[in-house]
Amino acid sequence: MDTDLSSQDRKDLDKFIKFFALKTVQVIVQARLGEKICTRSSSSPTGSDWFNLAIKDIPEVTHEAKKALAGQLPAVGRSMCVEISLKTSEGDSMELEIWCLEMNEKCDKEIKVSYTVYNRLSLLLKSLLAITRVTPAYRLSRKQGREYVILYRIYFGEVQLNGLGEGFQTVRVGTVGTPVGTITLSCAYRINLAFMSTRQFERTPPIMGIVIDHFVDRPYPSSSPMHPCNYRTAGEDAGVAYPSVEDSQEVCTTSFSTSPPSQCVFTVSKAHFQTPTPVVTDTLRVPMAGLAFSHQLMVPGKEGGVPLAPSQPAYGTQADHEKMATCTPSDGAHYIVTPSSSEDTETVSNSSEGRGSPHDVLEAILVRKVGALVNNSLDQVTMTNLDIPFAMFAPKNFELEDNDPMVNPPDSPDTESPLQGSLHSDGSSGGSSGNTHDDFVMVDFPAFSKDDILPMDLGTFYREFQNPPQLSSLSIDIGAQSMAEDLDSLPEKLAVHEKNVKEFDAFVETLQ
Amino acid sequence: MVESSGSSPKGSGWSRPKRASQPPARLVGAASGWGMNCRAEVLEVSVEGRQVEEALLAVLHTVLLHRSTGKFHYKKEGTYSIGTVGTQDIDCDFIDFTYVRVSSEELDRALRKVVGEFKDALRNSGGDGLGQMSLEFYQKKKSRWPFSDECIPWEVWTVKVHVVALATEQERQICREKVGEKLCEKVINIVEVMNRHEYLPKMPTQSEVDNVFDTGLRDVQPYLYKISFQITDALGTSVTTTMRRLIKDTLAL
Repeated sequence: MDTDLSSQDRKDLDKFIKFFALKTVQVIVQARLGEKICTRSSSSPTGSDWFNLAIKDIPEVTHEAKKALAGQLPAVGRSMCVEISLKTSEGDSMELEIWCLEMNEKCDKEIKVSYTVYNRLSLLLKSLLAITRVTPAYRLSRKQGREYVILYRIYFGEVQLNGLGEGFQTVRVGTVGTPVGTITLSCAYRINLAFMSTRQFERTPPIMGIVIDHFVDRPYPSSSPMHPCNYRTAGEDAGVAYPSVEDSQEVCTTSFSTSPPSQCVFTVSKAHFQTPTPVVTDTLRVPMAGLAFSHQLMVPGKEGGVPLAPSQPAYGTQADHEKMATCTPSDGAHYIVTPSSSEDTETVSNSSEGRGSPHDVLEAILVRKVGALVNNSLDQVTMTNLDIPFAMFAPKNFELEDNDPMVNPPDSPDTESPLQGSLHSDGSSGGSSGNTHDDFVMVDFPAFSKDDILPMDLGTFYREFQNPPQLSSLSIDIGAQSMAEDLDSLPEKLAVHEKNVKEFDAFVETLQ
Repeated sequence: MVESSGSSPKGSGWSRPKRASQPPARLVGAASGWGMNCRAEVLEVSVEGRQVEEALLAVLHTVLLHRSTGKFHYKKEGTYSIGTVGTQDIDCDFIDFTYVRVSSEELDRALRKVVGEFKDALRNSGGDGLGQMSLEFYQKKKSRWPFSDECIPWEVWTVKVHVVALATEQERQICREKVGEKLCEKVINIVEVMNRHEYLPKMPTQSEVDNVFDTGLRDVQPYLYKISFQITDALGTSVTTTMRRLIKDTLAL
């Protein structure tokens, strides 16, 4: 197919395509820097402005583009792609757009290379300038800063659209026919964010659930590293960096297993706790974590409000400091932005480390601090009276209060959240007895520390008991009984229940 | 993305791409006395009063971005070189939208002037708040004396504007965002048309350049264009036409 094209034309065409690809990358990345672009018109041609457009060349971007192209040109099956993604201050990232420069086989032999193709490529670049301001990612990129940054990645080869989530949209910027094929420039962009106004995004911290497929693993590990769309990184705040995703998750998991008592970090919102489903039955011997346990203990004599003090213990703040001051992340990128403040005690449903990680939900509902019934008056309440299903896990010794870790907990963390202070006037300054809040003592006692009753850490526990066996009382052997039989057995059942009416009434009394 | 008969990229497995916007209405202007090759595109926007100017500027500048080149410098051998066009991002104050325009203060001033006149006319008409503005690209065809030069349009962009009045601040906020989204669609429409690569005037020789381009600006060179507008009533008829007809009818009695 090249025989029709003169060698000079072919050379020119290759050059045009190469510089068009480089300029395309510049336009896209510059449009995601987060600032307005302004270049001057010049009536006298400088000779160095490709396609008669004043598009600055950011050297790093050109370098990356050339590296990705590696001397090749876009051809059939080999597309140049610029991936734009967002990375939050917690280290989560999400693909926003993929810009694709492709070539297909449809040739236009008649077209004049040095004139028409060149002018049409110029027009296509202008269209690209316009379209880059119009996709949802533009407004996001203009607001990048404290909570998130926009990154770019250039790759060459097959287009990978899997990271854009369901229902992504595409917009075609334009096409230019050439004697060797048709150049197509288009953009596929995620639309999940389109339903969120960008104001909403910046006001609320990114919590799990905003984007449904947020936590889908990237199917293709990045062959090339992500780069921030921020030209001013050099020399400015280069020391401030986000931990990579792996680092922050590591922080999350270590907070489960090896944390000493003062470093356990669950925070629980009142709302969460007031509506738990009591999953306690007599046949379930397996302890369901501190949730049920403490729930039971709290029921007697306590109405409503659970003064579990959410805490922002030292570990939490430590982690924040870690995030701010640590090393550069594994991909070597530097970010200017400082992480958002996680001392936000208003959003108590977020634990400071767990934000954005798959462990969030778990952390939010797990009770970190157990309000134990530890009191002189507890003598009246014996284990049998309480009828706690997990009695074996309840603290056994109530006489030796001095030695009981639940009464005299280990040293509590120094930092306390104001919320904690207001909810519980004692603070966590150790167990207290003989004070006004008799029923509860805030204890720095983790549910799953090493020397506890359970010989395992929370994570292992959760995994192991994730799928408990079906309860015998809940499983109905459908084949055994038919509807008619059910109805027949009803009178008998009613008679039995009537006989036990007094028992039931007594039981109801205990619940109130 | 790949709608042509060329092979689609290997292993991509794309679903059918969703059109992000409605294509603009196309009219063939044969009946109205336009030239054979004139294409007409119509865009409609519904905006609040204070958004009229910015919405119109966004559309007009986006069109002119594609229809402007650098200044031509003709050389002796009949070839020419082209100057460089710079671009600028403009944030709208009353709309959540940013558009790109060519960096030319003169061009911007000219557009702002006519858009301002349109806005005043809309306000003063006391009508339903309906009007339209047309950006027409034309070529001049020199005629012999005493006939004046003919202007032959080859592309006309019409923007129909509908002004709405909003009561609450919340509605205004929603309008900001909605109009921003609408303008995004319009930009995509405009780009779609531009990239059809349909008729464009041939690049002129030095003697002919003023018949094709507006060479009066200092830093850029748009195709020859003119902008006109009308205030319309609900039926789309020009208000001035209606008035004229009324007066004629009255006088005829």
